[in-house]
Amino acid sequence: MASEGGEDHRLPRIASAIRVIPDFPKPGIMFQDITTLLLDHEAFRDTIDMFVERYRDKRITVVAGIEARGFIFGPPIALAIGCKFVPMRKPKKLPGEVISEEYSLEYGTDIMEMHVGAVQPGDRALVIDDLIATGGTLSAAIRLLERVGAEVVECACVIELPELQGSQRLGGKPLFVLVKAAAA
Amino acid sequence: MACGEDKEQDPRIQGIAASIRVVPDFPKKGIMFQDITTLLLDPKAFKNTVDLFVERYSGKNISVVAGIEARGFIFGPPIALAIGAKFVPLRKPRKLPGEVISEKYVLEYGTDCLEMHVGAIQPCDRALVVDDLVATGGTLRAAMNLLERAGAEVVECACVIELPELKGRERLNGKPLYVLMESR
Repeated sequence: MASEGGEDHRLPRIASAIRVIPDFPKPGIMFQDITTLLLDHEAFRDTIDMFVERYRDKRITVVAGIEARGFIFGPPIALAIGCKFVPMRKPKKLPGEVISEEYSLEYGTDIMEMHVGAVQPGDRALVIDDLIATGGTLSAAIRLLERVGAEVVECACVIELPELQGSQRLGGKPLFVLVKAAAA
Repeated sequence: MACGEDKEQDPRIQGIAASIRVVPDFPKKGIMFQDITTLLLDPKAFKNTVDLFVERYSGKNISVVAGIEARGFIFGPPIALAIGAKFVPLRKPRKLPGEVISEKYVLEYGTDCLEMHVGAIQPCDRALVVDDLVATGGTLRAAMNLLERAGAEVVECACVIELPELKGRERLNGKPLYVLMESR
Protein backbone atom coordinates (compact mmCIF):
# COMPACT_ATOMS: atom_id res chain seq x y z
CA MET A 1 0.00 0.00 0.00
CA ALA A 2 1.64 3.25 -1.07
CA SER A 3 0.54 6.75 -0.19
CA GLU A 4 1.08 10.02 -2.00
CA GLY A 5 4.66 11.39 -2.08
CA GLY A 6 5.50 14.54 -0.13
CA GLU A 7 3.52 12.75 2.37
CA ASP A 8 1.12 14.09 4.96
CA HIS A 9 2.01 12.56 8.35
CA ARG A 10 -1.49 11.11 8.68
CA LEU A 11 -1.26 8.95 5.56
CA PRO A 12 0.79 5.97 6.86
CA ARG A 13 -1.77 5.28 9.56
CA ILE A 14 -4.65 5.61 7.10
CA ALA A 15 -2.95 3.29 4.59
CA SER A 16 -2.06 0.66 7.17
CA ALA A 17 -5.60 0.69 8.57
CA ILE A 18 -6.94 -0.66 5.27
CA ARG A 19 -7.13 -4.46 5.12
CA VAL A 20 -6.46 -6.36 1.90
CA ILE A 21 -8.59 -9.46 1.35
CA PRO A 22 -7.28 -11.78 -1.36
CA ASP A 23 -9.60 -13.43 -3.86
CA PHE A 24 -12.70 -11.35 -3.11
CA PRO A 25 -15.15 -11.17 -4.81
CA LYS A 26 -13.34 -13.68 -7.03
CA PRO A 27 -9.90 -15.32 -7.44
CA GLY A 28 -7.10 -12.93 -8.34
CA ILE A 29 -8.72 -9.77 -6.97
CA MET A 30 -7.04 -8.12 -3.95
CA PHE A 31 -10.00 -6.39 -2.28
CA GLN A 32 -9.26 -3.15 -0.43
CA ASP A 33 -11.37 -3.38 2.73
CA ILE A 34 -12.00 0.02 4.32
CA THR A 35 -14.09 -1.41 7.18
CA THR A 36 -10.91 -1.74 9.26
CA LEU A 37 -10.21 1.96 8.66
CA LEU A 38 -13.63 2.70 10.17
CA LEU A 39 -12.64 0.77 13.30
CA ASP A 40 -9.69 3.13 13.85
CA HIS A 41 -11.35 6.31 14.98
CA GLU A 42 -8.28 8.50 14.61
CA ALA A 43 -7.53 7.21 11.10
CA PHE A 44 -11.18 7.65 10.03
CA ARG A 45 -11.16 11.18 11.48
CA ASP A 46 -7.89 11.95 9.63
CA THR A 47 -9.31 10.62 6.35
CA ILE A 48 -12.27 12.98 6.56
CA ASP A 49 -10.08 15.89 7.68
CA MET A 50 -7.79 15.50 4.68
CA PHE A 51 -10.73 15.77 2.27
CA VAL A 52 -12.32 18.65 4.18
CA GLU A 53 -9.06 20.61 4.23
CA ARG A 54 -8.79 20.24 0.45
CA TYR A 55 -12.38 21.23 -0.37
CA ARG A 56 -13.52 23.71 2.27
CA ASP A 57 -12.44 26.77 0.28
CA LYS A 58 -13.50 25.51 -3.14
CA ARG A 59 -17.17 26.66 -2.99
CA ILE A 60 -18.49 23.12 -3.23
CA THR A 61 -22.31 23.15 -2.99
CA VAL A 62 -22.99 19.41 -3.22
CA VAL A 63 -21.22 16.19 -2.25
CA ALA A 64 -22.49 13.21 -4.28
CA GLY A 65 -21.74 9.86 -2.62
CA ILE A 66 -21.92 6.58 -4.47
CA GLU A 67 -23.84 3.73 -2.85
CA ALA A 68 -22.92 2.24 -0.50
CA ARG A 69 -19.38 3.01 0.74
CA GLY A 70 -19.57 6.55 -0.64
CA PHE A 71 -22.38 7.03 1.91
CA ILE A 72 -19.83 6.51 4.70
CA PHE A 73 -17.29 9.13 3.56
CA GLY A 74 -19.49 11.67 1.77
CA PRO A 75 -21.83 12.85 4.55
CA PRO A 76 -19.11 13.74 7.10
CA ILE A 77 -17.39 15.80 4.38
CA ALA A 78 -20.67 17.50 3.40
CA LEU A 79 -21.46 18.28 7.05
CA ALA A 80 -18.02 19.78 7.65
CA ILE A 81 -18.20 21.93 4.51
CA GLY A 82 -21.86 22.86 5.11
CA CYS A 83 -23.21 21.67 1.77
CA LYS A 84 -25.86 19.27 0.44
CA PHE A 85 -25.34 15.51 0.33
CA VAL A 86 -26.86 13.58 -2.58
CA PRO A 87 -26.90 9.77 -2.63
CA MET A 88 -26.23 8.16 -6.02
CA ARG A 89 -28.02 4.83 -5.86
CA LYS A 90 -28.58 1.44 -7.45
CA PRO A 91 -31.89 1.12 -9.34
CA LYS A 92 -35.26 1.27 -7.58
CA LYS A 93 -33.92 2.43 -4.21
CA LEU A 94 -34.73 6.15 -4.49
CA PRO A 95 -38.45 6.74 -3.91
CA GLY A 96 -39.03 9.89 -5.92
CA GLU A 97 -38.61 10.75 -9.58
CA VAL A 98 -35.10 9.85 -10.77
CA ILE A 99 -32.78 10.20 -13.70
CA SER A 100 -30.78 7.11 -14.63
CA GLU A 101 -27.41 6.47 -16.22
CA GLU A 102 -26.23 3.11 -17.52
CA TYR A 103 -22.58 2.10 -17.12
CA SER A 104 -20.41 -0.86 -18.04
CA LEU A 105 -19.34 -3.64 -15.73
CA GLU A 106 -16.79 -6.31 -16.52
CA TYR A 107 -19.70 -8.45 -17.70
CA GLY A 108 -22.83 -6.54 -18.61
CA THR A 109 -24.07 -3.17 -17.37
CA ASP A 110 -25.57 -1.58 -14.28
CA ILE A 111 -27.60 1.55 -13.64
CA MET A 112 -27.04 4.49 -11.30
CA GLU A 113 -29.86 6.83 -10.26
CA MET A 114 -30.17 10.31 -8.77
CA HIS A 115 -33.26 12.15 -7.56
CA VAL A 116 -34.68 14.79 -9.88
CA GLY A 117 -34.42 18.18 -8.18
CA ALA A 118 -31.58 17.28 -5.84
CA VAL A 119 -28.98 19.10 -7.91
CA GLN A 120 -29.45 22.42 -9.73
CA PRO A 121 -27.68 24.01 -12.70
CA GLY A 122 -24.68 25.85 -11.31
CA ASP A 123 -24.15 23.49 -8.38
CA ARG A 124 -20.45 22.75 -7.83
CA ALA A 125 -20.12 19.06 -7.12
CA LEU A 126 -17.65 16.72 -5.49
CA VAL A 127 -18.10 13.01 -6.22
CA ILE A 128 -17.04 10.61 -3.45
CA ASP A 129 -16.47 6.88 -3.31
CA ASP A 130 -14.19 4.70 -1.18
CA LEU A 131 -12.21 3.43 -4.18
CA ILE A 132 -11.69 4.01 -7.89
CA ALA A 133 -10.93 0.97 -10.06
CA THR A 134 -11.91 1.20 -13.75
CA GLY A 135 -13.69 4.52 -13.21
CA GLY A 136 -17.00 3.24 -14.63
CA THR A 137 -19.05 4.09 -11.55
CA LEU A 138 -17.50 7.50 -11.06
CA SER A 139 -17.97 8.41 -14.71
CA ALA A 140 -21.67 7.47 -14.47
CA ALA A 141 -22.00 9.79 -11.47
CA ILE A 142 -20.24 12.59 -13.38
CA ARG A 143 -22.63 12.17 -16.31
CA LEU A 144 -25.70 12.31 -14.06
CA LEU A 145 -24.52 15.50 -12.38
CA GLU A 146 -23.60 17.14 -15.68
CA ARG A 147 -26.95 16.20 -17.23
CA VAL A 148 -28.67 18.39 -14.64
CA GLY A 149 -26.26 21.25 -15.20
CA ALA A 150 -23.89 20.87 -12.27
CA GLU A 151 -20.16 21.44 -12.59
CA VAL A 152 -18.15 18.48 -11.30
CA VAL A 153 -15.16 20.07 -9.59
CA GLU A 154 -13.32 16.87 -8.65
CA CYS A 155 -13.70 13.19 -7.83
CA ALA A 156 -12.29 12.07 -4.50
CA CYS A 157 -11.59 8.55 -3.26
CA VAL A 158 -9.68 7.07 -0.37
CA ILE A 159 -7.96 4.49 -2.63
CA GLU A 160 -6.98 4.29 -6.30
CA LEU A 161 -5.93 1.17 -8.25
CA PRO A 162 -3.75 2.98 -10.82
CA GLU A 163 -3.16 -0.09 -13.02
CA LEU A 164 -6.85 0.03 -13.99
CA GLN A 165 -6.45 3.60 -15.29
CA GLY A 166 -9.75 4.85 -13.94
CA SER A 167 -8.41 8.41 -13.84
CA GLN A 168 -8.43 8.36 -17.66
CA ARG A 169 -12.17 7.71 -17.76
CA LEU A 170 -13.41 10.73 -15.87
CA GLY A 171 -14.08 12.94 -18.87
CA GLY A 172 -11.07 15.08 -18.06
CA LYS A 173 -12.23 15.72 -14.50
CA PRO A 174 -9.49 15.67 -11.86
CA LEU A 175 -9.14 12.88 -9.32
CA PHE A 176 -7.80 13.17 -5.79
CA VAL A 177 -6.91 10.09 -3.74
CA LEU A 178 -5.15 9.45 -0.46
CA VAL A 179 -3.57 6.05 -1.17
CA LYS A 180 -2.69 3.95 -4.22
CA ALA A 181 -2.77 0.15 -4.23
CA ALA A 182 -2.19 -2.83 -6.48
CA ALA A 183 -5.24 -4.33 -8.16
CA ALA A 184 -4.14 -7.95 -8.08
CA MET B 1 -46.01 14.96 7.59
CA ALA B 2 -44.03 13.81 10.61
CA CYS B 3 -44.82 15.11 14.09
CA GLY B 4 -42.39 15.24 16.99
CA GLU B 5 -42.70 14.44 20.69
CA ASP B 6 -45.34 16.57 22.41
CA LYS B 7 -43.57 17.89 25.45
CA GLU B 8 -40.16 19.55 25.63
CA GLN B 9 -39.62 19.22 21.92
CA ASP B 10 -36.23 20.52 20.97
CA PRO B 11 -36.74 23.53 18.68
CA ARG B 12 -34.57 21.94 15.99
CA ILE B 13 -36.94 19.02 15.48
CA GLN B 14 -39.61 20.99 13.67
CA GLY B 15 -37.18 22.03 10.94
CA ILE B 16 -35.89 18.49 10.62
CA ALA B 17 -39.42 17.07 10.32
CA ALA B 18 -40.35 19.66 7.73
CA SER B 19 -37.37 18.70 5.58
CA ILE B 20 -38.47 15.06 5.23
CA ARG B 21 -40.49 14.31 2.11
CA VAL B 22 -43.30 11.76 2.07
CA VAL B 23 -43.56 9.80 -1.18
CA PRO B 24 -46.92 8.00 -1.54
CA ASP B 25 -47.22 4.46 -2.87
CA PHE B 26 -43.53 3.58 -2.61
CA PRO B 27 -42.32 0.86 -2.77
CA LYS B 28 -45.91 -0.25 -3.30
CA LYS B 29 -49.44 1.12 -3.13
CA GLY B 30 -50.59 2.23 0.28
CA ILE B 31 -47.14 2.84 1.73
CA MET B 32 -46.28 6.46 2.59
CA PHE B 33 -42.48 6.40 2.24
CA GLN B 34 -40.48 8.68 4.52
CA ASP B 35 -37.78 10.09 2.24
CA ILE B 36 -34.81 11.46 4.16
CA THR B 37 -32.90 12.46 1.01
CA THR B 38 -34.55 15.89 1.21
CA LEU B 39 -33.24 16.26 4.77
CA LEU B 40 -29.74 15.65 3.39
CA LEU B 41 -30.26 18.55 0.95
CA ASP B 42 -30.76 20.93 3.91
CA PRO B 43 -27.32 21.31 5.56
CA LYS B 44 -28.75 22.94 8.68
CA ALA B 45 -31.38 20.21 9.17
CA PHE B 46 -28.80 17.46 8.56
CA LYS B 47 -26.35 19.06 11.01
CA ASN B 48 -29.12 19.45 13.62
CA THR B 49 -30.11 15.80 13.19
CA VAL B 50 -26.57 14.60 13.84
CA ASP B 51 -26.11 17.08 16.71
CA LEU B 52 -29.23 15.82 18.50
CA PHE B 53 -27.86 12.27 18.51
CA VAL B 54 -24.33 13.38 19.42
CA GLU B 55 -25.62 15.42 22.37
CA ARG B 56 -27.53 12.41 23.63
CA TYR B 57 -24.66 9.91 23.30
CA SER B 58 -21.55 11.92 24.14
CA GLY B 59 -20.25 10.95 27.53
CA LYS B 60 -22.12 7.62 27.57
CA ASN B 61 -19.01 5.58 26.77
CA ILE B 62 -20.33 4.31 23.48
CA SER B 63 -17.42 2.49 21.83
CA VAL B 64 -19.16 1.46 18.60
CA VAL B 65 -21.84 2.83 16.31
CA ALA B 66 -23.36 0.13 14.09
CA GLY B 67 -25.11 1.46 11.00
CA ILE B 68 -27.56 -0.56 8.93
CA GLU B 69 -27.07 -0.58 5.16
CA ALA B 70 -27.62 1.72 3.42
CA ARG B 71 -29.25 4.77 5.03
CA GLY B 72 -27.71 3.91 8.40
CA PHE B 73 -24.38 4.53 6.65
CA ILE B 74 -25.38 8.17 6.18
CA PHE B 75 -26.28 8.94 9.82
CA GLY B 76 -24.02 6.53 11.70
CA PRO B 77 -20.52 7.68 10.68
CA PRO B 78 -20.97 11.38 11.55
CA ILE B 79 -22.22 10.32 15.00
CA ALA B 80 -19.33 7.87 15.45
CA LEU B 81 -16.77 10.50 14.43
CA ALA B 82 -18.21 13.09 16.83
CA ILE B 83 -18.37 10.80 19.87
CA GLY B 84 -15.04 9.04 19.25
CA ALA B 85 -16.48 5.59 18.51
CA LYS B 86 -15.74 2.93 15.89
CA PHE B 87 -18.18 2.62 13.00
CA VAL B 88 -19.30 -0.87 11.97
CA PRO B 89 -21.38 -1.37 8.82
CA LEU B 90 -24.08 -4.03 9.03
CA ARG B 91 -24.64 -5.24 5.50
CA LYS B 92 -26.78 -7.29 3.15
CA PRO B 93 -25.33 -10.73 2.31
CA ARG B 94 -22.08 -11.11 0.37
CA LYS B 95 -21.04 -7.46 0.51
CA LEU B 96 -18.52 -7.69 3.36
CA PRO B 97 -15.27 -9.21 2.07
CA GLY B 98 -13.92 -10.84 5.23
CA GLU B 99 -15.23 -13.52 7.55
CA VAL B 100 -18.75 -12.64 8.74
CA ILE B 101 -21.45 -13.68 11.12
CA SER B 102 -25.01 -13.63 9.74
CA GLU B 103 -28.43 -13.08 11.23
CA LYS B 104 -31.65 -13.93 9.42
CA TYR B 105 -34.77 -11.84 9.86
CA VAL B 106 -38.34 -11.93 8.65
CA LEU B 107 -39.76 -9.70 5.92
CA GLU B 108 -43.39 -9.26 4.96
CA TYR B 109 -42.82 -12.00 2.37
CA GLY B 110 -39.82 -14.24 3.01
CA THR B 111 -36.62 -13.56 4.91
CA ASP B 112 -33.44 -11.50 4.56
CA CYS B 113 -30.06 -11.59 6.19
CA LEU B 114 -27.78 -9.03 7.87
CA GLU B 115 -24.01 -9.59 8.19
CA MET B 116 -21.20 -8.19 10.33
CA HIS B 117 -17.44 -8.72 10.11
CA VAL B 118 -15.91 -11.10 12.63
CA GLY B 119 -13.49 -9.16 14.82
CA ALA B 120 -15.16 -5.77 14.41
CA ILE B 121 -16.75 -6.07 17.85
CA GLN B 122 -15.12 -7.03 21.16
CA PRO B 123 -16.95 -8.33 24.23
CA CYS B 124 -16.38 -5.08 26.13
CA ASP B 125 -17.95 -2.90 23.43
CA ARG B 126 -20.94 -0.65 24.21
CA ALA B 127 -22.97 -0.25 21.03
CA LEU B 128 -25.43 2.15 19.48
CA VAL B 129 -27.47 0.89 16.50
CA VAL B 130 -28.41 3.55 13.93
CA ASP B 131 -30.86 3.51 11.02
CA ASP B 132 -32.91 6.24 9.34
CA LEU B 133 -36.27 4.71 10.27
CA VAL B 134 -37.82 1.97 12.44
CA ALA B 135 -40.93 0.27 11.08
CA THR B 136 -41.55 -3.31 12.29
CA GLY B 137 -38.21 -3.43 14.09
CA GLY B 138 -37.08 -6.59 12.30
CA THR B 139 -33.87 -5.10 10.93
CA LEU B 140 -32.96 -3.42 14.22
CA ARG B 141 -33.60 -6.68 16.09
CA ALA B 142 -31.29 -8.55 13.68
CA ALA B 143 -28.63 -5.88 14.19
CA MET B 144 -28.88 -6.15 17.97
CA ASN B 145 -28.61 -9.93 17.75
CA LEU B 146 -25.40 -9.70 15.73
CA LEU B 147 -23.84 -7.28 18.20
CA GLU B 148 -24.88 -9.35 21.23
CA ARG B 149 -23.64 -12.57 19.64
CA ALA B 150 -20.22 -10.89 19.38
CA GLY B 151 -20.43 -9.99 23.06
CA ALA B 152 -21.27 -6.29 22.88
CA GLU B 153 -23.79 -4.55 25.09
CA VAL B 154 -26.42 -2.76 23.01
CA VAL B 155 -27.02 0.50 24.85
CA GLU B 156 -29.74 1.91 22.60
CA CYS B 157 -31.19 1.96 19.09
CA ALA B 158 -31.46 5.36 17.44
CA CYS B 159 -33.49 6.39 14.38
CA VAL B 160 -34.59 9.65 12.86
CA ILE B 161 -38.17 8.44 12.34
CA GLU B 162 -40.45 5.88 14.00
CA LEU B 163 -43.70 4.48 12.58
CA PRO B 164 -45.33 3.73 15.93
CA GLU B 165 -48.34 1.84 14.52
CA LEU B 166 -45.97 -0.92 13.39
CA LYS B 167 -44.85 -1.44 17.01
CA GLY B 168 -41.16 -1.87 16.26
CA ARG B 169 -40.37 -0.53 19.72
CA GLU B 170 -41.83 -3.69 21.27
CA ARG B 171 -39.59 -5.99 19.24
CA LEU B 172 -36.27 -4.75 20.61
CA ASN B 173 -36.06 -7.26 23.45
CA GLY B 174 -36.42 -4.56 26.06
CA LYS B 175 -33.66 -2.37 24.65
CA PRO B 176 -34.51 1.32 24.51
CA LEU B 177 -35.28 3.12 21.27
CA TYR B 178 -34.68 6.82 20.73
CA VAL B 179 -36.19 8.66 17.77
CA LEU B 180 -36.43 12.30 16.77
CA MET B 181 -39.97 12.04 15.41
CA GLU B 182 -42.92 9.80 14.80
CA SER B 183 -44.97 9.47 11.66
CA ARG B 184 -48.37 7.96 11.14
